[in-house]
Amino acid sequence: MKSLKLLILSALTAFTGVAAAQTDYEAPRTEWGQPDLQGVWNFSSDVPMQRPERYGSQEFLTQEEIQERRDQIMAQRRAADEAAARISAQDIPDQTTNPGGYNDFWFETAGLGDVVRTSHIVYPENGRQPAYVEGAQIQFGGLGPDVPGDRPVRYVVGGIAKDGPEDRGLSERCIVGFNSGPPFVPSLYNNNMQIIQSKDTAVIMTEMIHDARIVPLVDKPALSDDIRLWSGDSRGYWDGDTLVVETKNFNGSRQSFGAAGHNYNAVLEERFTRVAYDQVDYQFTINDPSTFTDRITAIVPMIKMAGQIYEYACHEGNYGMINTLRGARVEERLVEEGVEIGERD
Amino acid sequence: MKTSVQKLLTIMCVVLLTGSANAQVLDEFPRTPDGKPDFSGIWQAMTNAHYDIEPHAAAYGPYPREMGALSAKPADLGIVEGGRIPYNEQARRVADQNRVDAITKDPLAKCFMPGIPRANYLPFPFQIVQSSDIILIAYEFAESNRIVYVDQPEIVSQVDAWMGHSNAHWEGDTLVVSVTGQMQDTWFDRVGNHHSFQMVVEERWTPAGPNHVNYSATITDPNTFTQPWTVSFPLYRHVREDMQLLEFKCVEFAEEYMYGEWRKEGTPIGNPPE
Repeated sequence: MKSLKLLILSALTAFTGVAAAQTDYEAPRTEWGQPDLQGVWNFSSDVPMQRPERYGSQEFLTQEEIQERRDQIMAQRRAADEAAARISAQDIPDQTTNPGGYNDFWFETAGLGDVVRTSHIVYPENGRQPAYVEGAQIQFGGLGPDVPGDRPVRYVVGGIAKDGPEDRGLSERCIVGFNSGPPFVPSLYNNNMQIIQSKDTAVIMTEMIHDARIVPLVDKPALSDDIRLWSGDSRGYWDGDTLVVETKNFNGSRQSFGAAGHNYNAVLEERFTRVAYDQVDYQFTINDPSTFTDRITAIVPMIKMAGQIYEYACHEGNYGMINTLRGARVEERLVEEGVEIGERD
Repeated sequence: MKTSVQKLLTIMCVVLLTGSANAQVLDEFPRTPDGKPDFSGIWQAMTNAHYDIEPHAAAYGPYPREMGALSAKPADLGIVEGGRIPYNEQARRVADQNRVDAITKDPLAKCFMPGIPRANYLPFPFQIVQSSDIILIAYEFAESNRIVYVDQPEIVSQVDAWMGHSNAHWEGDTLVVSVTGQMQDTWFDRVGNHHSFQMVVEERWTPAGPNHVNYSATITDPNTFTQPWTVSFPLYRHVREDMQLLEFKCVEFAEEYMYGEWRKEGTPIGNPPE
C-alpha cells in the first residue's frame, strides 16, 4: 500500500513539483479564523540539499532507490549501535587512536518525514544551485583545520584563524544558529522551530540561538533600507491557506546560500503550508542576483513534535570561544619558548 | 453646608462615575474572540529603574572622564513597593559587594539574557504575540524571549533557563504568570541587586487603558529575602504606526569585553568596513 501511495504521490508531484498542492487536508483554524500552523516543528532530513548529479532531473526516488537508502541508513545505525556497545562494555579503544563515532544518537540526520526526494532543491530543475555570478565570494568553513582567509567570516562553523572572535564562524560566536536561517536548512542537530500566531502577527521561532522572527500580517510601512538585520525584515500574508513570508534588509554579514556570496541584496520568500495534522511543507525561494545567476527554490517538510522549545543559551555558555582564543595564545607563547607543538587533527 | 443625604449622593455619584470610567477603559482594551484582554502589541516601561530599582538620586556614572554627563546615572523614584528590598543579612552584604564596580560585573554587559522581571523594564521595547494557550514575549535586548503557557500547568520547568519558565492563568482580566526555574546569575539592575536560584516571580498584567498595562512582579526567594516584595510600574504601548521590534543582537558588541584579553596583540577589533 505504501509503495502504491509513493508511486501515486511521485506521479502527481512530477506534474507540479510541489507536494503541498496535492493534499485535501484542511488545516484547523485559529480563534481568529486563520489556518493554524502553530506548534513545534522539526525540519531534520537525510535528503541532500543539492541533488546528486546521477539523478539528473529526477525529483523523487524510485522504489529500489528508497530501499537502497533505507538499507544504508540501517547499516549506519547498526555500526553506531555497535560502537556505543563497545563503549558501554568498557572496551575502550587505545586512546591514542581515533575511537570513531559513538555518540551519534543525538544527531538528527535521519529525517522524520517520509521524504522520497532526491534533493531539497527543486528549482533549478536539476536540483542543484545555479552558477555563481562572476566575482561572487566563496567561503568554506567546516569542522577541520582553519582555512586562512579575510574577514568578515560569513559562514557558520570553522574559522580563518584564532586571533580574535571575529575570525570564527557565526554560530561559534553564538550570533546566528547554523541551521536557523532564514531560510531553515536541515542540519546535524536541533532542527526545531515553533510557530505562534495572533490576529495580525506570526512568529517563526527557532530553538537554535532563540531567534524569534516576528512577521506582521498586515500592511506596514517598509523598513528603511538603512536598517539591516542579521535575520532580515519579514512581512507576511496569506495565499489561501499558505502563509507567505517575504524577507529582505539582510545585513550582508551572512552568506547568501551554501558557501556563496553575501545576503545584502537577497530577497527570500518562504511558504508554509499545513498538509497534515503532523506536517507543514516549508518551501523557500532565494533570489540574489548579486550571487547567483538564477533563483533557488527548495522544499523541506517539517514534522510536528510533541515536545516544547527550550532556551538555547549559546552565548551565555560559550566557554568554547574563551578556550579557543586562550589556547591559541598559550600555543604561541610555547612556540616562542621553543616548545615543540605536535601535529593535531 | 451639605446635609448627610447630599454627601451620600455625592459619594454615590463619584463611585458610579469612577466605575463607569473603569469599565470604559476596559472596554477600550483589545480583546480576543473569547473575551480575554489581548496584550498583543509592542510595549515598553518608562522608567530609569534599570539603573537601580530602589529610589535614587542622580549620580556620577562610571566613565566621567571619557563620557561626561552621558555616563551619569539619572535619578528615579524606583519601582520597589515600599522603597527598599528586604534582603536578609547575608544577601545584603552580597548586594553591597556587587555595588562596588557593579558596571564591570553586570551580566548585561556581557549581553546575557536579563531574566524576569528585569527584561520588562529595560530601556528596550518588547513585543507580545498572544495566541489562545501560548503567549510569546519577545524582547529586543539580546533577542531574549519567553513562551508563556496559559492554563497548561502540566508543562513545568525541567531545566533552569535565563528567562525562566512561565505558566499563566487568568484572574478576571489579569494575566497572572508564575516564573520559575530562573538562573541565579541574573541581576535586577545595574547596581547589583540580586537573587538566588530559589526565586519565584509572580507577574500580574492588568489592562489599565487602551494603551496602558499595570504590571507588577512579586519576588519570593527565602534564600535572599526576609519576605516577598513587589516591583510595579506601568507599561506603555508603542502607538507609532511603523513601530516594529528591531534587532539588538549584542553578542558582537560584548566580544571585546569578554574575550579581549585573549585577542592576539595587534589584531583589529571587528570586521573591516565594507
